[in-house]
Amino acid sequence: MATRAPERLAAVPPNRPVRHRRLRRHLVHQLDVKGSPYAYVAPFFLLFSAFGLFPLAYTAWVSLHEWTLLRDEQTFIGLENFRTLLADDYFWNATFNTLSIGVLSTAPQLLLAIWLAHLLNRPLRAQTFFRVTLLLPNVTSVVAVVVIFSQLFGRDFGMINWVMSLFGVEGVAWNEGVLSSHAAISTMIMWRWTGYNALIFLAAMQAVPRELYEAATIDGASGFTQLRKITIPMIRPTIVFVVITSTIGAMQILAEPLLFGSYLITGGVDRQYQTLSLFIYENFTKLDFGYASAISWMMFVFIVLVAGVNYLITRRGKGGLT
Amino acid sequence: MRKLRHRFLVPMVAVSALALGLTACGSGGDAPASGGAASQPAEKIKLTVGLFSDFHYAPLYEEFKKTHPNVEIVERRAQFNDHHTNLITQLTTGAGAADVVAIEGGYIAAFTPVPDKFYNLKDYGLDKRESEYLDWKWKLGVSNDGSSLIGLGTDVGGLAMCYRPDLFGKAGLPTNRDEVSALWPTWDAYIETGKKFVAAKVEGAKFTDGPGEHFRAMVEQAPVGFYDAQYNIVAATNPEVRKAFDMGVKMISDGLSANLAAFSPPWNTGIAKGTFATMVCPAWKTGTIKDQKPGEGTWDIAAVPGGGGNQGGTHLALPKQGKHPKEAAELINLLTSKESQVTLFTEASALPSLPALYDDPAVKDYVNPYFGNAPIGKIFTDAAKALKPQPVGPKAGDVLQAIGNGLQRVDQGKQNAEEAWAQALKDVSRIK
Repeated sequence: MATRAPERLAAVPPNRPVRHRRLRRHLVHQLDVKGSPYAYVAPFFLLFSAFGLFPLAYTAWVSLHEWTLLRDEQTFIGLENFRTLLADDYFWNATFNTLSIGVLSTAPQLLLAIWLAHLLNRPLRAQTFFRVTLLLPNVTSVVAVVVIFSQLFGRDFGMINWVMSLFGVEGVAWNEGVLSSHAAISTMIMWRWTGYNALIFLAAMQAVPRELYEAATIDGASGFTQLRKITIPMIRPTIVFVVITSTIGAMQILAEPLLFGSYLITGGVDRQYQTLSLFIYENFTKLDFGYASAISWMMFVFIVLVAGVNYLITRRGKGGLT
Repeated sequence: MRKLRHRFLVPMVAVSALALGLTACGSGGDAPASGGAASQPAEKIKLTVGLFSDFHYAPLYEEFKKTHPNVEIVERRAQFNDHHTNLITQLTTGAGAADVVAIEGGYIAAFTPVPDKFYNLKDYGLDKRESEYLDWKWKLGVSNDGSSLIGLGTDVGGLAMCYRPDLFGKAGLPTNRDEVSALWPTWDAYIETGKKFVAAKVEGAKFTDGPGEHFRAMVEQAPVGFYDAQYNIVAATNPEVRKAFDMGVKMISDGLSANLAAFSPPWNTGIAKGTFATMVCPAWKTGTIKDQKPGEGTWDIAAVPGGGGNQGGTHLALPKQGKHPKEAAELINLLTSKESQVTLFTEASALPSLPALYDDPAVKDYVNPYFGNAPIGKIFTDAAKALKPQPVGPKAGDVLQAIGNGLQRVDQGKQNAEEAWAQALKDVSRIK
């Protein structure tokens, strides 16, 4: 049809409306086949551009400026913010704290989650009850969690110090030390996320063929051996997934340290638990938007790096995300 | 095809009709605001009031509604720091600010350089009230170039020292508030009293909460604090700041401090349980103490060392985004009126910023039964009268936090005074 010249069409008047209609119908059909899929996926990409891509690009743009709110002109300073940042002790301190809290909270949490999932994967009375219970800490508001845990970890009237005093152990000023504050914050994160991750593991474990366990039981393998030799290799892709999401979450910890320090944006008077997010927040509240944006971008790079390293480590051996 | 078009057309028409309707409402609401008298029946309008804690304004809103039946008032509250950061963001992005906003004294200087973000209250005749106000309080709310009136003052924070008579009794110190006030004409005398308290070894109690608020009080009593008159940060070179820092260090080394940061949860518990015997007390902090329910008469109020001083105090302003500046200005006028400031003093311990009220019996003779019938009217108005105003710069709050953190590091035994001072100055130098 496309090869037909328009003059020829005009030369055959009686056929024109029919042909025209057919051509139009064909075009609409073509458009439908070629265009509709894009229209269907467009909402995601539009939303992603508006709320994901644009902020990312805009933050990069802001990070190249000396950008302060309440002042109308912003001066372009190139990579100066990043240069200052890399020489900033507080930035590296925040990075260290973030990694330390990340490791302290993620590693034991995942082991615990696998173990819990393993327990729940056996025939059990009131299964649903236990599964719902696992998710409860996760639906609790983070503010409530931290407020209660801060009370538990209090120096003068905290329950943990009180219990320790029963055994004749001197109370710890949890808030003041580096290790003690990291441990306290990690406990809050673990309490909140262990059950959630356990449920994901449980879902993966349910997909493992029962026959494998039956065969292993006949061969006399213990529960722990079954966990080690059957369950973990079979759910490796899920482990990779959970490790990566947990890592990303841990890199972005903000509410726990902020509330643990009763809204002290420096994360302790000696910045002993100031995480990267908190450091960004501090510079935003100081209205130093250029600098804060530069930190945000560095954090983005770190997350990609750490997630990548974790992926390589957990992927090693059999299995993988694919 | 036609069907399809039809399906799109109907919602589009509906949406645009709705949009038209909304704009119509908007302009309809505006018209009476610029025109007729307040009593004239007009369309309903809504005013939002953005605050950072309970200002106890609820009864005053009711009063405002008597003369403005068409105005609905909605209050929004945020956490202290967030409130001011949010406000800056809202002003910059041009959306989201409340019609009436509270700006605390530590932040007002961040807003006076940008008068174009706010309605000029002079345009609504509020400059007539200048003569009523404390001179320095009024000036805080005026733009740097003097052309525009940004905020009208609500309260000021006259200083006092709260103390626990029971713990003083156990330590063998006088418990009567006049005798207690006489113990500490100066900060040195205050520390000497603290040493006596420590020597008496009162079970489970230190002499004071922590050095931060004392440091702040002493800096604010000086003629120049963190900023000079040209708004340069002079914290590093001003000997008054170092003197106050050393006083804080001395409080720690003499064992007076309970090592608690003000407004933290353990500090709140300490107020109720009596783990410390004194704390610096601006007028509004008596409300904080009451909130912890330590029991009537547990805390009493004496004069602050060094005589007088101010801590905190707020202004009310109108961001340019507001649609109804006339009504909002009338609301500010009511909230800051003489009668309102008297009510707020007795209800919420907000010390008036109108000096005429300091001789008003309702304020001057006010005694607070919760604090052992302490004559808080007299104590706080004396403190406010004795105040020497000092320039407050835009980032005064950040400077205070940086040096206060240094004192706490000393208090936690992490650093000695020199290390903490050096790091505090480094932190201050990062503040632009």
